[in-house]
Amino acid sequence: MSMVPTLLSVQNLSKSYGGVHAVRSVSFELRAGEILALIGPNGAGKSTCFDMLNGQNIPDSGRITLLGEDTVGRKPRAIWRLGVGRTFQITATFPTMTVRENVQVALVSYGRQLFNLWGSTAQFARNEAGRLLDLVGMGAYAGRPCGELAYGDLKRLELAIALANQPKLLLMDEPTAGMAPRERIELMRLTARIAREKSIGVLFTEHDMDVVFEHADRILVLNRGSLIAEGSPEEVRGNPQVRAIYLGEGLVYDARHREGAGA
Amino acid sequence: MAFYFAQFLTGLASAASLFLVASGLSIIFGVTRIVNFAHGAFYMLGAYVAFTLTERFSGALGFWGGIVVAALVVAVVGVLVEMVLLRRIYHAPELFQLLATFGLTLMVQDIVVLIWGPDDLLGRRAPGFRGAVDFFGQNIPSYDLFLIALSPVVLGVLWLLFQRTRWGVLVRAATQDRDMVAALGVNQKWLFTSVFALGVFLAALGGALQIPRDAVHHALDLRIIVEVFVVVVIGGLGSIIGAFVAAVLVSELNAFGILIFPKISIILVFLVMAVVLIVRPWGLFGKPEAAARRTPGLTVTPWRPLAAGERWASLGALILAAMLPLFAGNYALTVGSEIAIYVIFAASLHFLMSVGGLASFGHAAYFGLGAYGVAFLAKAAGLPMIVSLLLGPVLGLLGAAVFGFFAVQLSGVYFAMLTLAFAQIVWSIAFQWVSVTGGDNGILGVWPDKWASSPANFYWLSLGIAALVVAVLRVIVFSPFGFALRATRDSPLRSEAVGINGKRVQWTAFVISGTAAGIGGALFAYLKGSVFPDSLGISLSVDALVMVLLGGVETVSGAVIGAIVFKAANIWLVSQTDLSKLVLGGFIVLMVVAFPKGIVGRLEAIWNRRRSSEDKKSALATSRVEVAE
Repeated sequence: MSMVPTLLSVQNLSKSYGGVHAVRSVSFELRAGEILALIGPNGAGKSTCFDMLNGQNIPDSGRITLLGEDTVGRKPRAIWRLGVGRTFQITATFPTMTVRENVQVALVSYGRQLFNLWGSTAQFARNEAGRLLDLVGMGAYAGRPCGELAYGDLKRLELAIALANQPKLLLMDEPTAGMAPRERIELMRLTARIAREKSIGVLFTEHDMDVVFEHADRILVLNRGSLIAEGSPEEVRGNPQVRAIYLGEGLVYDARHREGAGA
Repeated sequence: MAFYFAQFLTGLASAASLFLVASGLSIIFGVTRIVNFAHGAFYMLGAYVAFTLTERFSGALGFWGGIVVAALVVAVVGVLVEMVLLRRIYHAPELFQLLATFGLTLMVQDIVVLIWGPDDLLGRRAPGFRGAVDFFGQNIPSYDLFLIALSPVVLGVLWLLFQRTRWGVLVRAATQDRDMVAALGVNQKWLFTSVFALGVFLAALGGALQIPRDAVHHALDLRIIVEVFVVVVIGGLGSIIGAFVAAVLVSELNAFGILIFPKISIILVFLVMAVVLIVRPWGLFGKPEAAARRTPGLTVTPWRPLAAGERWASLGALILAAMLPLFAGNYALTVGSEIAIYVIFAASLHFLMSVGGLASFGHAAYFGLGAYGVAFLAKAAGLPMIVSLLLGPVLGLLGAAVFGFFAVQLSGVYFAMLTLAFAQIVWSIAFQWVSVTGGDNGILGVWPDKWASSPANFYWLSLGIAALVVAVLRVIVFSPFGFALRATRDSPLRSEAVGINGKRVQWTAFVISGTAAGIGGALFAYLKGSVFPDSLGISLSVDALVMVLLGGVETVSGAVIGAIVFKAANIWLVSQTDLSKLVLGGFIVLMVVAFPKGIVGRLEAIWNRRRSSEDKKSALATSRVEVAE
């Protein structure tokens, strides 16, 4: 593992609102090709942490080093240019465009053609957009209006958009929220497969422990703004502090795990 | 010192009416999200009805009763308008309601002249408040003192109404989140109607209370509505206390501005508004708007470039239009040129509004700047027409670059209001800087060169430039830049997350749009042979909005049709009837109800439906074949 470069390094990240410490001195690292889950109960500071990583929020103190560059204070679009793809808890796409055009916009931006007044977008990187849509299994929907898509398909489209800048790191905020159980598994399998193939690092927050334990290489557990545990799924599952927070779920997963092992 | 104090009190007294009207507008906007352009019309109606009632019934009861009854009568009219008209269009695209209420305003302007005549009417003095109070040698009308006392009372009553009654709680809840209130089982229909009634009542009361101070006339509506927009924006949309403070601020600015800066008194208020919007975009007492839910009625049919057949059809229509000089007379050709120029103007605003999602309420500024640019170059510098035509729009470009930079920092209604303020500032400069612009007298004698002076040649020139501008704008819509602009409109969050600098994209679009408007203005100067401050005025800006909305804001080039229909109807009506505003207003209202997506939007919807049913038919046929096999 030590040969794999570090993509993201977070040191002593802190943020407070008034007297509330939303995030307290959080540090971690993420390597290329690694899938890292950030979990914790509601209000643990996951979203605040996430927003600081992608530039929507500025930390009070601490350092964020992304691909060797300090990104504190940079705008989301600047962080995107460094090679970070992003999906949102509630999907953000362009509803008045077709599925293909949604991806083409991202490609236009990646190709630095945003201020090209004369070209035809329809022809711009059409093949590349098609390949990205095929990759996420949306190729057949390319000509469909984005506004007509079912939610699960929107999530896949968002993944295709997030991959348009050939990212080295994907930041996914609750990627499976609002999806049916089967869709969740499929989407995360897809994400994991792409991440391994292209050696992309993935950081995601998630409430669904099935998804977390099946796909994460490593898990960070936040509680009340502080990192209380870090390690492989097995280590985290066995951690008594984590169990105390996730008591109900912990037992269920433990039981399910044993069932699975027995069969 | 006493003089300044008296001036201060006059300002406070003027604030009373302004506050009443502004609070009404603010309440209506807060709950229904409608920018009620007809609010000024209701104010004017209140004044007229109160005039009639107070003339008819004598005595103190007759006067005060007349004022309250007038406000109630107008409120009933407001309820009818809400139930018959607005209820049908709450789900139309944003700002469409503005078009409907603008149509109403036009109608009311003619109706009051029909009923009360065109002359100024002087109302009765208020019984009990006829005299004046002496204050260190300054006479202060006692009615002013009454008004000064009245507005805090109204503020208090409104506060109690909103804080202490169930209805008030519902209104405040709906202001925060309409959908949630509806989900909780509140009858939204009646909540909206009652809110509209209260708002109109306040506007009409504001008008009625003015009759002892001011003559009643049929231009009151536009005068007040602009001031009220300013008040509401400075105070913060939806905030009553904000309306109060801003009404006082604006009235005092007016009262003292005229003493200290007589030259720029009109600009002062708009300057303050522009500064407030830039420093505190949601107004002094407003709250930042929560991220809007998806606009209802937003089209899901993605835009596409013209298919080959449609391209030929457009070319055919253009050729047909170019053949007009073969059979039409000079008057028709001049009208044709004017329509072509309005097509340019409407298309320029349409680009900003529909592609950029930025509704400029002051687009005439850039049209007028183009016109003045030409006038300066042709008259002062004596440049030939072709050079002036090319360089004149640069003034529009510069104006758009400066104002656009600030305007795109805001969005939605606040963007609209800031652009309005900028347009008013430009208009005031043209109006008051007499030595350069000729002020009200304008700049005369801007005639085209010989090659373009015949009506037919000028028509071909205008038509050709119009076709060129529309075509170029269309190309930009489908260019990578056009997609970046639409992306910024559709989802600021996503576009930022794919590396798009939304503000810079919008600024560029603003400059493109302003330049295109300037091209229209440049031609307009040559068409009319002169330039007046009117070419920068609010009513021209509103005309542009009407043309865009009429054509269909969700279409790529609907404004072209909107401009042709609106301008042709307008010119024809003015030549046919004295009641052109009434007919035109009624026409707009009917169009809004019949075609809430605009003319072109409606046609596209029909076309798409037919196509999809054909698809289904053919799909059905294939499936039958498959079954047969």
